[in-house]
Amino acid sequence: MTTSRFDSYRPPEDGPRRRRRTSVRDAVTGAARDVVQGGRSWLDRDGGGRREAPAVPDAEFVDYYGQPVIKPVPWKHEIPAYLFLGGVAAGSGLIAAGAAATGRPGLRRSSRLTAMTAVALSGATLVADLGRPERFLNMLRTVKLTSPMSVGTWILSGYAAFAGAATAAEVSRMVPLPATGPLAVARTALGVVEAPATVGQALFAPPLAAYTAVLLSDTVTPVWFESRRQLPFVFVASAAMASAGVQLALGPGRTGPVQRLAVLGAATDLVATHRLEQHLEGLELREPLETGPAGRKLRLAKALTVAGGLGALGARRSRALAVASGVALAAASALTRFGIVEAGLESARDPRYTVGPQRRRLEERRARGAVHDSITTVG
Amino acid sequence: MGYLARQLAGRTDPAPDAGWEEAPERKGFFTDTSICIGCKACEVACKEWNALPLDGLGLSGNSYDNTGGLGASTWRHVAFVEQSKDRILEARASGRRLVDLGMPQVGAPSPAPSPSATPSLPPAPEGHGPDLRDLLAAANGAGTEETAYPGGGEVTAAEVSAMGAPLPDFRWLMASDVCKHCTHAGCLDVCPTGALFRSEHGTVVVQADVCNGCGYCVGACPFGVIERRTDSAVSVRADGHVPDVGVAQKCTLCYDRLTDGQTPACAQTCPTTSIRFGTREEMVALARARVAQLHEQGFTEARLYGANDDDGVGGTGSVFLLLDEPEVYGLPPDPVVPTARLAEMFRTAGIAGLGLLGAAAVAFLGRRP
Repeated sequence: MTTSRFDSYRPPEDGPRRRRRTSVRDAVTGAARDVVQGGRSWLDRDGGGRREAPAVPDAEFVDYYGQPVIKPVPWKHEIPAYLFLGGVAAGSGLIAAGAAATGRPGLRRSSRLTAMTAVALSGATLVADLGRPERFLNMLRTVKLTSPMSVGTWILSGYAAFAGAATAAEVSRMVPLPATGPLAVARTALGVVEAPATVGQALFAPPLAAYTAVLLSDTVTPVWFESRRQLPFVFVASAAMASAGVQLALGPGRTGPVQRLAVLGAATDLVATHRLEQHLEGLELREPLETGPAGRKLRLAKALTVAGGLGALGARRSRALAVASGVALAAASALTRFGIVEAGLESARDPRYTVGPQRRRLEERRARGAVHDSITTVG
Repeated sequence: MGYLARQLAGRTDPAPDAGWEEAPERKGFFTDTSICIGCKACEVACKEWNALPLDGLGLSGNSYDNTGGLGASTWRHVAFVEQSKDRILEARASGRRLVDLGMPQVGAPSPAPSPSATPSLPPAPEGHGPDLRDLLAAANGAGTEETAYPGGGEVTAAEVSAMGAPLPDFRWLMASDVCKHCTHAGCLDVCPTGALFRSEHGTVVVQADVCNGCGYCVGACPFGVIERRTDSAVSVRADGHVPDVGVAQKCTLCYDRLTDGQTPACAQTCPTTSIRFGTREEMVALARARVAQLHEQGFTEARLYGANDDDGVGGTGSVFLLLDEPEVYGLPPDPVVPTARLAEMFRTAGIAGLGLLGAAAVAFLGRRP
């Protein structure tokens, strides 16, 4: 086709014009053609020497030059670090309350200090993510129930307030204070607020551990959104095993409840992660959890969870084993958070994971006869 | 339906829900991609009016699309898709299938007209869209022979006639994309600072000075529209200053022009009336008329995107007429606003939290050391 008579001076074209860029669609139609022609098939298609041949045929879908349909959340390592620290803070708060209720002063002191340190560090990572401290204050301008981040900010602030009071009471007992004067009055006051603060910290701890799962799920990132029914369980189990692991590693004489919580957390984490993987498998979204850096982290996390959980069983016998299993559990929790966040970001970058599940969801609805809720209509 | 239930999903009028009293009628766009010529005047007009910084110069190699997609500094984006005859036929067939499925539409599905029906085709609506009767007559005059489609393999002229409209060897799909201004906007719902708000016109606007740059809205947009501006953007200003870096940005539907009763810059500049602006009701009616017209002319690939109030985002303020599946244009085929499932998410998290509380209690039961 030409519109200019000068084009008659061009040399004749031989064959159809080559496309400048090979898209996924070309690869798919090419593979389909190969199968039809009975020659090469997707089984013996090689990847050009650099990649191994794919084990399954490419999914049939059209895309726009391989561009992502949705945008990945612009979060870096601060957010998974925040998720981990929040989990440690929440679990430690519960351990502190339990220790206070059952009269274990050593465990109460170390878990209160751990909780305070973790919550302070998690606030710091949040500010690091936002860039400037006053941006955190921007979030305290409003309460917005439709925003998990707004709800989470208030949960974190409430938890930090109660944890601060409980830790201050703990510290006032640790340092020698004069018997009279303002400091003595302060100590008395702290003694009065200690019990309510402990209860408050314990009540704010479960939401602090669980809301982060909602924070991730309430996005269109395919892996996070589709794991909305499993992720909270993974995260609370991860928080329990991480905080119990930290207490196991911190000092002797903390076996018993901490050991039980560590084993309980590790076991729940394995079960919940397995259920999550099964669910995503059915949606063909498991691949981001298994490949790349995210896959490596999650595999290592699983191995460390198993090792740490088994180690925690025998933590009473050996101090070294207690420290090793405690560190393993905490590391497993951190790796889980980083792995889940990275897998989600990866699933957002590849249009396959956005279009594929949506397309299938849509076709299933249409097969059932439900056509009223589609965004595409003919009139 | 109660006030609270309306906030997360389903059909609703967003401006009164947001607390506007005596709100004007909801405004929106209708982007008819069948008459877009890909001139990118909308992209330029938008940049000019809203003083958006340049976001890089370069050739992408993706047809004539060098912008890539919507972003913090690109609030209108023209997509270019190159399609062969096979793909056009597929698009036409998938559009036909939608009619057969009984998708929501006005009137009964129209059968594909026979070639002899050409003279009875309706004229284009006033001031909107080219008259396709000439094109169709020309095609029917020449289209009865195989030679009319050189290089055509499996598609015969008879099949083409059955489709009712000429089938070219090649076509460009050109579509100007923009923020959808959803009825249930994910970005607006999850914003923790209130930087995003619902305007009296039913649109969604960002206040750059309140935004704290958390980037949560970026992940909550099912269409991948809103983005946080980075300083890698090249500024056209001499001092190299890029405004509002680290802050989420997107189309405001020219809020500043709307408040003065003006038309948004992109719609005002569009030379083919491919971008129309008005009340959403008008836009949906216009879109429905246009898709019915195209279907009557045999262009069954035409379909609407965003005109259905029962979809995953409660209908969009920006309605599109597409000529192929949405994913061909880089649009999600079945977007759902994530907050529609928020109650379920909080409930699950609550159960998990109670489980943690229970686990801690269990761990501390038993005898003292």
